Amino acid sequence: MSAIDPAISASAVDDGIQYVTVTVGEQLFGIPIARVRDVFVVGGLTPVPLAPPEVRGLVNLRGRVVTAVCMRRRLGLPARERTVGTVMAVGLEQGDESFGLIVDGVGEVLRVPADTREPRPPHLDGRWASLASHIHRLHDRLLVVLDVDAVLSFDGDGGGG
Amino acid sequence: MDELLREFLTETSEYLDTVDVELVRFERNPNDSAILRNIFRLVHTIKGTCGFLGLPRLEALAHAAETLMGRFRDGEQAVTSRDVTLILATIDRIKHIITELERTSVEPPGRDDDLILPLERSSGGPGRRGIDPAILAAFDEPEAQPPGEERPAPSPQGAAAAEGADAAAGTRQQTIRVAVNTLEHLMTMVSELVLTRNQLLDIARRQEDNTFNVPLQRLSHVTAELQESVMKTRMQPIGSAWQKLPRLVRDLSSELGKPIDLVMRGADTELDRQVLEVIKDPLTHMVRNAADHGLESLAERRALGKPERGTIRLGAYHEGGTITIEIADDGRGLDLAAIRAKAIARGLAPAAEVERMSEAQVAKFIFHPGFSTAEAVTAVSGRGVGMDVVKTNIELIGGVIDIHSEPGRGTVFTVKIPLTLAIIAALIVSVGDQRFAIPQMAVLELVRVRPGSEQRIETVNGAPVLRLRERLLPVMSLARLLGRAGAKEDDDGFIVVIQVGRQRFGLLVDAVFHTEEIVVKPMSRKLRHLQVFSGNTILGDGAVVLIIDPNGVSRILGAQGVDAAAFADALAEMEEEREEEIEATALLVFRAGGPGQKAVQLSLVTRLEEIDATRIEWIGDRPFVQYRGRLMPLVTAHERLVIRKEGMQPILVFSDAERAMGLIVDEIVDIVDERLTIDPVPQRPDLVGSAVVRGQATELINVAYFLPLAHEDWLRRAAVPNAPVRTVLLVDDSDFFRGMLAPVLRAAGYRLALAGSVDEALDVLASQRIIDVVVSDIEMPGKTGFDLIESMRIDQRTRHLPVIALSSYISPAIVERARRYSGVEFVAKFDRGGLLAALAASIDGYGAAA
Repeated sequence: MSAIDPAISASAVDDGIQYVTVTVGEQLFGIPIARVRDVFVVGGLTPVPLAPPEVRGLVNLRGRVVTAVCMRRRLGLPARERTVGTVMAVGLEQGDESFGLIVDGVGEVLRVPADTREPRPPHLDGRWASLASHIHRLHDRLLVVLDVDAVLSFDGDGGGG
Repeated sequence: MDELLREFLTETSEYLDTVDVELVRFERNPNDSAILRNIFRLVHTIKGTCGFLGLPRLEALAHAAETLMGRFRDGEQAVTSRDVTLILATIDRIKHIITELERTSVEPPGRDDDLILPLERSSGGPGRRGIDPAILAAFDEPEAQPPGEERPAPSPQGAAAAEGADAAAGTRQQTIRVAVNTLEHLMTMVSELVLTRNQLLDIARRQEDNTFNVPLQRLSHVTAELQESVMKTRMQPIGSAWQKLPRLVRDLSSELGKPIDLVMRGADTELDRQVLEVIKDPLTHMVRNAADHGLESLAERRALGKPERGTIRLGAYHEGGTITIEIADDGRGLDLAAIRAKAIARGLAPAAEVERMSEAQVAKFIFHPGFSTAEAVTAVSGRGVGMDVVKTNIELIGGVIDIHSEPGRGTVFTVKIPLTLAIIAALIVSVGDQRFAIPQMAVLELVRVRPGSEQRIETVNGAPVLRLRERLLPVMSLARLLGRAGAKEDDDGFIVVIQVGRQRFGLLVDAVFHTEEIVVKPMSRKLRHLQVFSGNTILGDGAVVLIIDPNGVSRILGAQGVDAAAFADALAEMEEEREEEIEATALLVFRAGGPGQKAVQLSLVTRLEEIDATRIEWIGDRPFVQYRGRLMPLVTAHERLVIRKEGMQPILVFSDAERAMGLIVDEIVDIVDERLTIDPVPQRPDLVGSAVVRGQATELINVAYFLPLAHEDWLRRAAVPNAPVRTVLLVDDSDFFRGMLAPVLRAAGYRLALAGSVDEALDVLASQRIIDVVVSDIEMPGKTGFDLIESMRIDQRTRHLPVIALSSYISPAIVERARRYSGVEFVAKFDRGGLLAALAASIDGYGAAA
């Protein structure tokens, strides 16, 4: 339940952007650190009958009720075969509401140089394309940067959030 | 700011609000010395503290007001409306000074002679005379800058007023705002504490060492109490938002020249502070509107023949898990024609469309921004701002507002605020392995249902229902509602009986746990479209639980056509059957003399026997059988029944201490539990009546008819063939008890008349119906059984009727009182045997006397 300290790599001097990296399936995603409230282990999930499939349930996070959103379902990926160990979530806020984005794993905080930024490839799957704001070329792989508001905008929102 | 001063300011503004309210009450009841003493004490306290803190302006004002009130208190002077206005004006000035004090920490410069002199004059200086009307007029306009005060840079009036209002609100909000934030934090902390405690308890349970148990238990108690207290501190009675209204209405009343009564109900209905803050202004606005637009002028009311005093009613209550606030006036009602015209003129909707709109739809136009139909813009309202803001504010917290208006009768605004933010008691239930909370407010009762038991789910045209006393209750399985295809049958569990408005339904759940006070947290926006849930909460054990919304469920039921209307016919039928509706009775079903089903109450049958037909002996034309060392007479259950000559002959044995009788039947079919609806069958003394048993028309035999056929003296009453059936008037306020006793009496061969109260009973007695005996409960609300007896004894026709008095508890006083009336027998309420014996005896006695 430890919050990631934004100061971790603040010593770097370049004007790169910091991302909390998460993995979903084989893919590495980045979430702008400014949007991340905390990272926590999901325990005691209360499912919500009739809810949109993306909502896995509600979690009590230190007295706050957090809506757990499944990143796999959001991306249209199949559920994980078997949940090994703990379920990790990235705490996000939108308006005055708290969400927890359930991911397969949470990695380090990366500071990415701005010049590695690329627009998202035009042939990206429609669903992915709507969730990615852009991508970054890392030396060995690609980092897909998530548009947090797009991720949190799905059915049941009414206003399209 | 000085801590002492801050405390004084907070306290004083609370006092002043109270004084406002009390003064208005006082003006109404000038002789109520208690109210006056209260006001006097408050003003006196303010004066004392002012002196202590060195606030000369406040002190002088409070002193002058106190002196005048002292004279009222001591009865030296009569209270006039003028004096009260003067004191109210003084209080306004005090408020104004306090506002300034709060802002700058010093009293604003200025003089208050304009108030103090009239106060002193009123207090009976020798030259007492009327107050300059100009001064009073100035006080009636609260937004005006108080005279006598020098502002270095006079700001526009409106701004000054707004600033004053903000700051005035600040005195309270400061406390409340801080408190709410702190409480929010406290709440989170307490939740954490509860979780930690639970973990500790869990660890302690697994430890051999029990030295921790005692302190842990204490910790547990303290934590629970702390949690409860923190939750409760968020609540405030709605009355605190109404406090300013009596004063407001009084001022409006004099300003508009309309006498107005303000009636407030449910002021103690508790609301979350945050909700309270939000609805305060809308409420004030609506009351203002009611006074200005709603109520007619005095002349108009006189012309219409309405009472001169207009009435504004405010009411608050909890309903179905929401808080409902009503603001009603008995004025002219909405002018729908004017609203239509204006809506068209403003281009809010095409004329054709507006013409087609229902009255309710037209009324909703008043919530449109900038919509005002008041012909004259008065100082009070009619500036065209308001109702749209009211609506926005209410919707902000998820509430709804509704209008109901009747021309010439008045207008009612109904504001419903959902639980959001509120703390409620909730019933925790489960479906499968998941728990849910149901607002206790909406829960009427719980019923355990099981297939085959007395309380079970039945179906009407495929829809599940529960028979609950005289009503059919539509039932919905929560599992189904939540889209959980049940592997389990939908007929075992608990039915939570819920009432929403006038609709009543049952929600089937698997298990019911306990009631818990919960803090309602709003649903996430992603989930708000789910009608079934109104929010969620964190239980004491840290689990997140969804709160079922009874209103939402009711809407879903309605949408599925499972509403009251769908059951109207069935219900009406049930109502008709009400007199006959009784509890399930164990019946022995048999056949005799034909294929038709017959039945007898199992409780009357001593034994079922099959005897060898060859053992049947005949004495003359009467059959007997040697049974348990005695000769037992046999009677056929039907005249066409042929007694067997060989094989086994089934018989039903009826016996008491000395005698026994065998009733010969063809075949014993079954024993069933059935709710009997008995229809009388004329000209058949051998039958109690007919009823549907297991879907078949069945004749219920009258044992009392057969017994004398075996032993002529068994029942003297029935010894006379075709003896008239006696009618018993059963008087009891409890549906349940009448339902329980009715079948007993019917089975014993009596005809019944039922009454739920003494008045109903007297109506029955006064009608043409012939009553032979009255069985009445003694303890009934309102008129008691003794009242009934006394009324009966006065009337010539009922004077000699035997009465059997029933009482659930036996006190010597009651027995003594019952004995004072002749012809009154006293029987304990649950002694069926005693009642039947008393009935038989009383009817015999009556018959003999008559």
